[in-house]
Amino acid sequence: MLNQGIADIARALVSGEYSSVEITQAYLDQIALHNGELNAFITVTPEQALAQAAAADQVRASGNAGVFTGVPIAHKDIFCTAGVRTSCGSRMLDNFIAPYNATVVEKLLNAGAVMLGKTNMDEFAMGSSNETSYYGPVKNPWNRTLVPGGSSGGSAAAVSGQLCPAATATDTGGSIRQPASFCGLTGIKPTYGRVSRWGMIAFASSLDQAGTLTRTAEDAAIMLGIMAGFDPKDSTSVDLPVPDYCAQLNKPLHGLRIGIPRQHFAQGLKPEVEIQIRAALHEFEKLGATIKEISLDNSHYSVAAYYVIAPAEASANLSRYDGVRFGYRCAKPVDLEDMYKRSRGEGFGAEVKRRIMIGTYALSAGYYDAYYIKAQKVRRLIKDDFVHAFTEVDVIMGPTSPHTAFPLGAKTKDPVAMYLEDIYTIAVNLAGLPGISIPAGMVNGLPVGLQIVGRDFDEAKLLNIAHMFQQATAWHLLTPGA
Amino acid sequence: MEWETVIGLEVHVQLATASKLFSGSSTRFGAEPNTQANLFDLALPGTLPVLNGKAVEMAVKFGLAVGAEIGHKSVFDRKNYFYPDSPKGYQTSQLEFPTVGKGSLTITLDDGTTKVIGITRAHLEEDAGKSLHEEFPTETGIDLNRAGTPLLEIVSEPELRSAKEAVAYLKKMHSLIVYLGISDGDMSQGSMRCDANVSVRPKGEAKFGTRAEIKNINSFRFVEKAINVEVARQIDILEDGSKVKQETRLYDADKNETRSMRSKEVANDYRYFPEPDLLPIVIDDAFISKIRATLPELPDVKALRFQIQYELSAYDATVLTNEFHTAAFFEEVVAACQDAKLSANWVMGDLQACLNKAELSIQRSPVSSTALAGMISRILDNTISSKIAKTVFVAMVAGEGSADSIIAAKGLKQITDTGAIELIVDAIIATNTKQVEQYRAGEEKVFAFFVGLVMKESRGKANPNQINLILKSKLTAK
Repeated sequence: MLNQGIADIARALVSGEYSSVEITQAYLDQIALHNGELNAFITVTPEQALAQAAAADQVRASGNAGVFTGVPIAHKDIFCTAGVRTSCGSRMLDNFIAPYNATVVEKLLNAGAVMLGKTNMDEFAMGSSNETSYYGPVKNPWNRTLVPGGSSGGSAAAVSGQLCPAATATDTGGSIRQPASFCGLTGIKPTYGRVSRWGMIAFASSLDQAGTLTRTAEDAAIMLGIMAGFDPKDSTSVDLPVPDYCAQLNKPLHGLRIGIPRQHFAQGLKPEVEIQIRAALHEFEKLGATIKEISLDNSHYSVAAYYVIAPAEASANLSRYDGVRFGYRCAKPVDLEDMYKRSRGEGFGAEVKRRIMIGTYALSAGYYDAYYIKAQKVRRLIKDDFVHAFTEVDVIMGPTSPHTAFPLGAKTKDPVAMYLEDIYTIAVNLAGLPGISIPAGMVNGLPVGLQIVGRDFDEAKLLNIAHMFQQATAWHLLTPGA
Repeated sequence: MEWETVIGLEVHVQLATASKLFSGSSTRFGAEPNTQANLFDLALPGTLPVLNGKAVEMAVKFGLAVGAEIGHKSVFDRKNYFYPDSPKGYQTSQLEFPTVGKGSLTITLDDGTTKVIGITRAHLEEDAGKSLHEEFPTETGIDLNRAGTPLLEIVSEPELRSAKEAVAYLKKMHSLIVYLGISDGDMSQGSMRCDANVSVRPKGEAKFGTRAEIKNINSFRFVEKAINVEVARQIDILEDGSKVKQETRLYDADKNETRSMRSKEVANDYRYFPEPDLLPIVIDDAFISKIRATLPELPDVKALRFQIQYELSAYDATVLTNEFHTAAFFEEVVAACQDAKLSANWVMGDLQACLNKAELSIQRSPVSSTALAGMISRILDNTISSKIAKTVFVAMVAGEGSADSIIAAKGLKQITDTGAIELIVDAIIATNTKQVEQYRAGEEKVFAFFVGLVMKESRGKANPNQINLILKSKLTAK
């Protein structure tokens, strides 16, 4: 029963096949058995999970259950969870017990979800392989010598490795979609502003967005439907009604116009991955879609622009970790400056420090115009490319990543190679658009992800397209070791 | 050489919103440390700012009152620096697109002339918390109650030419913000604070000299002293042939000197960039019209009305309207006693002197407007003379009750009975024959001598007009 998703479990709970306590216990046992190797969880909360499960069973017995009542999930350790350590993968917050729930956590809690624990992640979500975590790297369940992708590597490995049926995640430059691709999952990054960022620890405020890692598009539709919506506590969340994502899943794809960007099928893309992606595109043609090549002229600037804007925002966002009010404080500081320097020097890992320095440099007097302002102009051009493309096509498709999961340690010495991991996903964050990655093939026993990008707030269409593909194919049903 | 002083002021006004600029915490002064600091004020991970619309309304109100351009799209920026009382590690402020643009303030100088001082801009920003050093001998405490309180930073053009002008500007500014109801203006609680950019240049020179920024001068008196000592210091340096350093200086009121805080060359690079957690504030014409409709009568207009409506002199009208609460008090007194001139004299005279002495604001006046009007009414109906009124007023200040009860208790009712006064006058004429002769011989000066005697004899209670009439008739009647 562990290779099930949210929808499967919801049906089983309704039919009484098992109780929430039983399924929760089963996952807790799985975690106890396999987390040692996968390192997908930083914190497991068994007592709390079983108490929530028992409460959910009671709600169900009283006839008040919703779809999500009693379904166990995991939260990326970037979301604040009241009374539970929220580390963000950093030594800096190793001792931080959040005194409040993130809006995402609160909404899922109110829907009856059971929290199994908090998943591993790159430190402050800065990484594409889940190797920058203070709590050690996460292993890819498909092959434990490989990375699961990042930064939501713990959430991806936990779902893929059947330690939980679904997990929350966040995506600043590809942190949901790339791990989804590497681990054979469905991962959606909604439009910027669709999901509240309150309680989600900030990396780069103008790019961060919460989403889901699930087995199927249907599960993503159920879960996102609960998470999405305006939040008065987040001024950048958008006050638009949340459509019923599930209701639109089965719309036929006749007449769908798919754009494929020339730049995403160019040098750097592994031929064997391209073959799988082209095959998936052919599948869509069979479902009635048409395919047109398009050009995103400025896409080759996206990584460069991103690595100015994201570190710049991060350099300020991470200033609050100063050892004064919470989090790590160095031992026996001699004065204020010593406390700042050692608390931050010892509390942050190397990649976080690198990005704080890049960001600080990009914002400093004399460089601001050349870096930050320039990058913002490029960002505008990138958005314009998409706006233009969407006058001709309904969605844009291509590979999520140029390759499949790579070996642990392969890129840790080469930051630029690591930054190029997000070459196909980053532009979507810069433009604020929704994107989803779905399993679309296998290469040498490893999953390949297809990325689908839509117009602003077109999540329903992305989920519909993903679901129709999953009705026609079986890639999403494959599991590690199966 | 003759030197000219050039001053520009940065005034920080704490806006009188109930909650903070970006969080729902109370802004009340004087609470136990950190009892008004919520998740956001503590800068806990994952927290986000939500703009307090009231602060924007107040900023716009100020902008309209100084005839400023209102930014239709204003943008918050992060100003990055580390300090323990700045919990986020950056202050959210406005750099490039402030809510209030260019405007002006008209000040009145000592000689009665007016001068228009340009306002460069006014922007919204967060106040910092406080570091507490006294309570903890080996550590520093942090109180974040004040962190996030909305400030309006009002920057003037370098158009002030003396410490006196600077004080006049500050007083006018203070008057204005209280009139507008956007701040309580309580300087002792830091509701209005001021930094002064001061430089000197040879008279006639067009280029500005190098300036020093004097930080945090928090009373009108200190502003004048601080600027004057700084000007003297700079002139000394220049006359010695040296150069003034551009730096930040702190005024020490005890020693009456300024001293260097930090040099601008090694100053922080604040790395401003637009705050990504907040959307730009969009202010449309409808919003501006709505705020304009709430503007109260401002000091200059009120002074003009006082001149016309109450027939006061320009000077009296200005003094009475400088301060919102004084003007309101005056109008209450007039409404109750119907005599504007007497009301003005008493409010500006004995009452103001008494408040000054006790260092009280007029809102805490020991004599209410109704009580003062009650006393003035007794002058008007001849129950007491203006002179006796001073005695009554002192007793009122001392809390001895209303004018009526004091007059009754002390027997201060004026003698208006002609017969009683005639008796006193007759007796005095009879016993002072020499002076009577002198008067009758044309020495009119001695008339005052008789008035004095009658007053003395009646213990001040005889009606002065009646004394004059009766004395005159009896002295001239041979």
